[in-house]
Formats: sequence, structure tokens, C-alpha cells
Amino acid sequence: MKAEQSGSPVESRVFLLGNEAIVRGALEAGVDFAAGYPGTPSSEIIERLARQARERHLHAEWSTNEKVACEGAAAAAVAGLTTLAAMKNAGLSVALDFLTHLSLTGLGGRGGSMAVIVCDDPDAHSSGDETDSRWLARFAYAPLLEPTNVQEAREMTRYALALSQEHACYVMLRSYTRLSHASSIVELDELPPRQEKLADPDLNACITPYLGRAHHAAALERLEKIRRQFEASPFNQYQGPEEPELLLVTSGSGYFCGLEAIKLLGLEGRVGLLKLATIWPFPRDLVRARAAKAGRLLVLEEVDPVLELLVKEALSDAGLCLPVLGKGSGHVPLYGEITPDRALAALSEIMGVAYQGRSAAYAQKAGRLEQELLVSRGLTWCPGCPHRASFWALDRAVKAEGGQVFVTGDIGCYTLDVFPEGKCQMNLLHAMGSSVGLAAGLGQLGQFGFNKPVVSICGDSTFYHAVLPGLVNAVYNQADLIHVVLDNAATAMTGFQAHPGVGYNAMGQKAPRIDVEKVCQALGVPVEVADPFDLRGTTKKIRELISLGKGVRILILRRTCELVRMKQDKNKPYLVRVNPDKCKGSECGICYGSLRCPAFEQEAETGRASIRQESCPGCGLCVQVCPFKAIEKQEVAS
Amino acid sequence: MSLAHDPYNLIVCGVGGQGNILIARLIGRILARQGCFLTIGETFGAAQRGGSVFSSMRISRQGYLGPLIPQGQAHLILSMEPLETLRMLSLFGNDQVQSISNTQSVLPVGVLAGRSQYPPLARLQEAISELSARAWFVDATVKAVELGAPIVSNIVLLGALLGSGALPVSPEEVRQEMESTFPAGKLALNQKALNLGMEALQAH
Repeated sequence: MKAEQSGSPVESRVFLLGNEAIVRGALEAGVDFAAGYPGTPSSEIIERLARQARERHLHAEWSTNEKVACEGAAAAAVAGLTTLAAMKNAGLSVALDFLTHLSLTGLGGRGGSMAVIVCDDPDAHSSGDETDSRWLARFAYAPLLEPTNVQEAREMTRYALALSQEHACYVMLRSYTRLSHASSIVELDELPPRQEKLADPDLNACITPYLGRAHHAAALERLEKIRRQFEASPFNQYQGPEEPELLLVTSGSGYFCGLEAIKLLGLEGRVGLLKLATIWPFPRDLVRARAAKAGRLLVLEEVDPVLELLVKEALSDAGLCLPVLGKGSGHVPLYGEITPDRALAALSEIMGVAYQGRSAAYAQKAGRLEQELLVSRGLTWCPGCPHRASFWALDRAVKAEGGQVFVTGDIGCYTLDVFPEGKCQMNLLHAMGSSVGLAAGLGQLGQFGFNKPVVSICGDSTFYHAVLPGLVNAVYNQADLIHVVLDNAATAMTGFQAHPGVGYNAMGQKAPRIDVEKVCQALGVPVEVADPFDLRGTTKKIRELISLGKGVRILILRRTCELVRMKQDKNKPYLVRVNPDKCKGSECGICYGSLRCPAFEQEAETGRASIRQESCPGCGLCVQVCPFKAIEKQEVAS
Repeated sequence: MSLAHDPYNLIVCGVGGQGNILIARLIGRILARQGCFLTIGETFGAAQRGGSVFSSMRISRQGYLGPLIPQGQAHLILSMEPLETLRMLSLFGNDQVQSISNTQSVLPVGVLAGRSQYPPLARLQEAISELSARAWFVDATVKAVELGAPIVSNIVLLGALLGSGALPVSPEEVRQEMESTFPAGKLALNQKALNLGMEALQAH
């Protein structure tokens, strides 16, 4: 799409994605330096800033990981610039060691500012877990803002940077899938004219361990000042009767869910709605004042009871004794995202008002047809994906070893292996970079009687992010493992962002290409390279490396992501067809049943395979797996 | 022009990669220009790898709503794939809901792997009709393939939406929006696809 509206000065009322609104807010605040690591739902922030880097004279980078990104942005802020770091919830944990220090020292005296934008993923739509970042603001002594809609995302990003500058500390802004990936209409302000800024680092902004206690006290004092500002913040709003029977306390997604539930149940005259957008330090006086006029409270928020405990603490400290309902009382689930339906259920039970979203007859009919006909649609690799080939080869190798291989995985498109539609080869799977760390642990258990070969698998972007230290550790500690790097020249899962192996940077400029193979060779261990589309050769290489038995052995499976290839070359390399006379149909089914390329179709009666040409990228991988040579490929002249 | 309901809850659904996000945003930008309050909710990320994807559009002349539609509260389901129409109807359908579905099925990989069965297309259409106050079926993929560009199936479906008259959006507004969205070289093809979709529904 051409719509590059996050920086367009032409229209003042535009349709933006939540993340684009964050970008717009940062541009309006005059952001100079932005860094991050891709992760759904945060990736569009750095991506969009990078596209406008030249025009707006700013620096935007994909860093190798979130900690490095925060360090870069913080250094620029210490030098007096306006900066941000963006990441998903899991990335905040990576950056936390640094961020807990940074909030103690602050950003120094050069007038710089820094926003840490973290995008949570309640319901874990695209994540391994639904970690609630809000806890970490208190943990790290960082102010925390939480916008409730796309317009506010723009305003609050600006506010975060202004607040950061005023108090010389970084400010966290929490977004979430339903904000980052919601689109709505945003009123824009003018972009400031670009001014020449000179970086001038503050020499006195660093911490020494002996000053830790003094810095701690100063950070507490700063938070107390910010709390007093938050008490009067216009971002916190109340609507409803002056003395409501029930006060709904919400933030983030909870606001619109609560608002809609109140309307659908016709409770406007009985229930009040307090929207909080400045979460930490908690505006306790505001909440106490509202609570004192209410009969009961219901806290509506997603995932953990962060707000709920803050409310309870605020009331308890002031000796206010009121029922606070929510997660503790069982009215709001402790997991998953907040939805209008969850708000409706809680509110209708507490207020004793019945709600029916649709007729009982319809619900019954829908339930019956769902039961009869609906099947789930699992996630799988795209047609032409090199990972399908890599895991096919691994599966063959593991079977040939009698199943006696232990496999650890990592985070990327290849993680789809764990789903029933994958090859289910991975036995252990955790965080970014954990593949090799876990494998190094397992690969040193010989003296405890564990002698299975261990294979760890990661992608290229993950390799630079957090695998590298683990790999060095494995070599140094002489763990026995085979580490496989699936090098598809892309950060594919999050949308093909640049990384150190691709030869260009976030802003599209030429950059040094750091080659996985050369880095691995420098470790002084055996390194092999193969093309996963050579299924037999790859299987053989994996088995050869297993047979070496000792030490770290590395296999790089190199083939460009098919979606990246198609962006560069629209033509299919091959026209691939199934010869119906040779296809054995359901007697065999290896192509659709085992390789499971989604471009295949299966004739209902005979089970014969056919290929849906509009889905087939023409990679020709399936030709290799058909035992009856029924799949034929023909080179396409380009 | 007024909305048939306020808020009007529109779902645009399909399978990852079918281009439902693109048409949802296209409609969104037009409605925004008309002065509507509008929020679209999406989940993209992992689901784009062959999963069920949908955009929920909350359209109003009164004020903003959150991106999520309450269960049983959709007014129209615009779907790139018939099984996904049924999935959305089972969650968001009600006695008044309308649906416009592409007829082309995309088999879940679980079906290819032999773990589940895709319902017979005729039975699926029957169920969609049973759960819709009005159901339209459009050969969007077939028509796009005839144009030599299966990728414009979503634009054929968008044309069908225009033909249905369910939303206060004119073909002229869509044409203008496509002009500012697509590269000039792709405009004629997309316009053709849009027309085919409109005709398909007007023929009903």
C-alpha cells in the first residue's frame, strides 16, 4: 500500500494504525533517534520511523536485540536527543537489566528524553505468553502510561517524551495488540520544523555501584513528583453519575469494553466509568476520591490484576473499606484479553441485569452447525517455505537414528513446527536464543547418563539476537550438540525486517553483512552448509554431524524465505503439476498428508492430489517426495 | 448517507494472505473521509501463516467504539472463504445478519493431513444461508483467475459489497480510493475486478 500517512503534513484527520499513531506522536515530539527489535505487535513502529528517517533527519535502527536498542536510545538521550525504543513484551524482559539501572540514574542534564514503547499481546495471538508488562514499571521505577485508543496513542507518545524531558528519566508507554493493531481516525498536529541538534553527552549521567542507594532515593522522589502530576492528568477521565452504585475502574482495552457493556445493559444512570491512562506512579488520590462516592468498585482490565491491586492498596492505605470486585472476586478472568463479552458478563452479574446478545433459537442453530461442520484452521508454513524442507529432512534424520535425538527450538517462523500441522520435532522451546542454551545444558549431561544426540535450531535473526552468547558458551564449556541455523535471509515472522545478515539496515541503506557462516567458523568448530531443498543431502549432513559425536557442530541451512524471493522475482521457477495417471491417491498421500504444503488439494473420492496453481510458488520441493514420480516440474522461462 | 444500524458492525474475514486487511482498510479510509467514527480491529502476525484472520469494523456516526465486536452483534460478514464465513457466523451471527462469501474453499492443512474433514461445499453454503438473514455467494476467485490475477479476488469481493448496497459507499469513492492506494499500472485490473464483483451481486 502506498498510504504513508504517519508523516503526511497534508491532511489533519487521517486513518492510522495504533502503531502509526505512536510514530506520529513521536514525530510531532521531534524524535531524533529510534531503535528496536521486531516483535508482534510492535514491529510497525521502527519500520515506519525508518521509512521517514531521511525526510525527517532522524536515525532509526533495527538493533540486534532489545537491550542494545534501549542502550542506544538511552545514550542518545543522555546526549540531549529525543529518543525512543520499541519492543514487544518479551523484549522488555531482555532489556530489563539495563532499564532497571537507567531509571535510577536518569538521563542526565542535557534535556534529552526517552520513551520505552512496549507492546503487550494479551491472548498471546503472536507470542509464547501473555506477560503483562505493567508490573515491570513499578519494578523498574519507571513512569507508565497506557493509552486507550488510537488518538490517545499519538497524544500520549508526545506526552511521554515531554514528561521524560521534564524529569530526565525514561517513560514507559504500554500498548497492546488491540491498540497497536487497531486503526482509527487521528487528528494530527503540525510536525515541528527540523532543527539542527548537536549531540553533547552529559559526562555525569553514569552510575557507580556505590551510589546505588542515593540514586534509589532520588528515583523515589522523582516518582512522587510525577504522581502529583498524574493526579490532575487530563488523560484520566470520569463519566457517569456523581454517586454511582458501581464504579468501573478501567485502563487500556478495558475502557471501551466497559463503555460498551454499560450502554448495552442500559446502566448509564447507575454505573460510573473511570478511565485511567497514567498507571504508575498510581494516581491514588483521584481513585480514592471517586471511590468514596461509589457503592462498590469493579476493576476491568486484561491479564494480571495490576490495576486491581493498586486500587486495593490505595483504598486500604486510606482506610477506605469498599468491595473491590474484579479478578479477585472471580468476575473477570485472570488470563486472556478483555472483551466486550467479558465486560458484559461481569457487569450483568454484578448489577443483576440480564443480557442476551442474540436469540436463543439462533444461538442453538449456530451451535448445532458449528458442531457439525466447523473445523479448525491450524497455522503452517507458506507454500515454498524452506523451513518445511528443513524439518522434513530433520524428521528423516531423527527417524533414521531410531528417534533417539533430542531437539530444542527457538522463536521464529520455524516455531510453527510445534503445531500439529508442522513436523512436531521440537521437544523444548522457550525464549529467543534458548535453543542453544538449553541444548548446551542437555549436551553436558553425559556423566549423569543422558547421552542422546541434541540438536538445537534457530533462525538467522534469532542467531544475532541471543543465540550468539549461548553458542560461545556451548563451545567454551565443550557441550555436545549440533546447532542448526535456518538462514532464510529474513526476520520473516514479523514482516521481513533487516538484520545484520542481510547487507542493508532499517533505513534501507547498504550495511556490512555479517555472515553467519564466518561467525561460526571463528568459533573453531565444524561448520557445514546445505540447501534444505536438497532433502537427501540435508538429511545426510545432519546424520554425519550426529555421528561425529563430540563437541559443538554447526549446520547452516541456507535458502531465502519464499516470500522474500517472490518480492524480488514474481515468476515461478517451475510449473509444478500432478500427473493424475501416476498419482496413487489416498493409498499414498505423502505430498498433502505428510509434506503438507497448503498449495495441494485432494480429490474427494480418489484422494488424488492436485496443485492449486494460484497458491503454488513453483518451488518444486514436492517433486522430491513423491515416490511414484507423479509430480512433474517444468522450468518456466523467465 | 445513513447507516442501516448504528453502530454498524462489519466483519471482513478470510485466510492469512487473502488480502482481507487491504479491503477493510480501503473501506475504512472511505468511511473516515465521510466523517464516520470508525475503529478497525485486527490481529496480524502469526495468524497470517495460513490461519483464520478477520478485521472487525465498528462504524458509527455517534462516536468511537472499541475494536472488538460483542458476540452475536455483527451486521454483515464479508468473507474470502466459506468455512470462515461459518466460523464468523457462529461467533457473531444473529437473526438479522447478512453475509457475502467467496465460493472458493481453502483447505486447512489439518484436512490435507487427514486429521479433519472439510464440509461438502453445498452443505456449507446451506448452513451459511441458514445462519444469514440474507446470504450472497460470489465466485470471486474464479473471476479473478479469469482476469489472470487471482490476487484481486479480494477486490471482486469488495465489488460485491458495493453491489449489495449494504454500506453507504459509492463505486466512485472506491475508484478514487484505489487511485490513491494502488500503483497506476494496477488500476485498470483492479477496476475490472471491482466491476465484476458489482455485476455478480446485481445479477442476484
